Amino acid sequence: MIEFRDVVKQFPDGTVAVDGFSLQIPAREITVLVGSSGSGKTTLMRMINRMVDPTSGVIEIDGQDVATIEPVKLRRSIGYVMQNSGLLPHRKVVDNIATVPLLNGVPKREARERALALMDTVGLDRHMAERYPSQLSGGQQQRVGVARGLAVDPNILLMDEPFGAVDPIVRDELQQEVLRLQRELGKTIVFVTHDIDEAFLLGDRVVILEPGGRIVQVGAPEQILANPANDFVRTFVGADRGKRRLSVREVEGRRIVVDADGHPAGVLDESAGANAGVGGAGAGGS
Amino acid sequence: MNLFGEAFGWILDPANWQGSSSIGGAILLHLYYTFVSVLVASAIAIPVGYLIGHTGRGREVAVAISGAARALPSFGLILLLVLVLGVTRTAVGAFIAFVILGIPSILAGAYSGLQAIDRRTVDAARAVGMSEWQILTKVEIPLGLPLLVGGLRSAVLQIVATVALAGYVNLGGLGFFIVQGIPLRDYSQILGGAILIIVLAFLLDAVFGLLANAVRPKGLDTRKTRSRASRPAAAVDTPTT
Repeated sequence: MIEFRDVVKQFPDGTVAVDGFSLQIPAREITVLVGSSGSGKTTLMRMINRMVDPTSGVIEIDGQDVATIEPVKLRRSIGYVMQNSGLLPHRKVVDNIATVPLLNGVPKREARERALALMDTVGLDRHMAERYPSQLSGGQQQRVGVARGLAVDPNILLMDEPFGAVDPIVRDELQQEVLRLQRELGKTIVFVTHDIDEAFLLGDRVVILEPGGRIVQVGAPEQILANPANDFVRTFVGADRGKRRLSVREVEGRRIVVDADGHPAGVLDESAGANAGVGGAGAGGS
Repeated sequence: MNLFGEAFGWILDPANWQGSSSIGGAILLHLYYTFVSVLVASAIAIPVGYLIGHTGRGREVAVAISGAARALPSFGLILLLVLVLGVTRTAVGAFIAFVILGIPSILAGAYSGLQAIDRRTVDAARAVGMSEWQILTKVEIPLGLPLLVGGLRSAVLQIVATVALAGYVNLGGLGFFIVQGIPLRDYSQILGGAILIIVLAFLLDAVFGLLANAVRPKGLDTRKTRSRASRPAAAVDTPTT
């Protein structure tokens, strides 16, 4: 568990990025910090691995104050995936993934073996191992970034708008990949984004931030949709624009779900609810 | 008679390759002055340049030093230092002058090599847990090497040209033939000496040109590595039709 207690961050130029932030981030879940630019979300995340030190307040990981842990050691124990991958351009894919294990003194052969295995984990073909980052597409680079983040098998994975710079189709793929990985690995993931749809898709818990790192609402996506805390949240999640207000309309014998403006959002799966019920009962009985 | 023909005749005359002031000896002495000066200048300028490039502090100072030192008249600097240090320490004075003239390009090459690196790359290296020293040695220095070699290249050229002036303060080198030839009105010797200096400069420049290619990090040279790396992959992926 990661806990923020009364954290304040004021930068030397006087900007208060975070003003009295407190939050508990549960283990083995995806917590998404979402807010527009200037909401302090990236600053908050970077305080977990001491890329930024708070002006005041405490950040604890499993009860230990991070300020007491040497930054380099702390960072090597936490996975970090950033926007634009942040890969070392002069190193091959496999060496990029193995960066941190090699720093930790893992023998080269072993580190490379593990790096290749991680390429499988994140869905990268092994024949790309000997390529340089500039020879990969943006989506592939992000996969390498995720593999590097997982290289030391950290309990915590920090993801700073990792899919902000890839095109929508690839982003969709990568998001599904994160969900799949999380089902397999069960890490404590802190994910920062400004995209509320991404937050709702990935987050077990979503933390909506206002400028200054003020928490407007924390909850599961469905709780936030069902009960937006205020107009800010309503606007942010798009409830006021009718994007989230869906209704069913019959078109050519099928039931189509449309939003408040009449744009189609999907097809209503009449059997889904019943199936879920049966499946649940079956699982319980077996 | 053709002046250039005579100059080449002078260079190729076996008699000029023997004795106490042989062409071969002068070339070696010229190279010796050049390399020692570049080494000393590098020992001063590279650490300072890396410090500035890594921390981002003192950039203005570096720019000011580079700019001001580049404007120094080399001949004046040598004469001044020789006069200040006295005729008994001519060589020291000349070496100091060469070093001072070499520092700006090397300093600029070292710190601009680090400055030119994408800040996000350095930030990511720090975020995954590299220490400052590891960031410098494993990320910044390899990525900054091409610009450093560029700086060394211009420093070598600057110094190899300036060492020609060492002849004026009795230190030998290829400038000696020019200085000796002027009062003798021996134009083939003057031009021969000048040609040798030019050829030496070109050769050194070519060597550093090759070196610059050799140190360019592979991943940055996308075109070249892509064709090389993708060839086996392409052979696997593409079915023969």
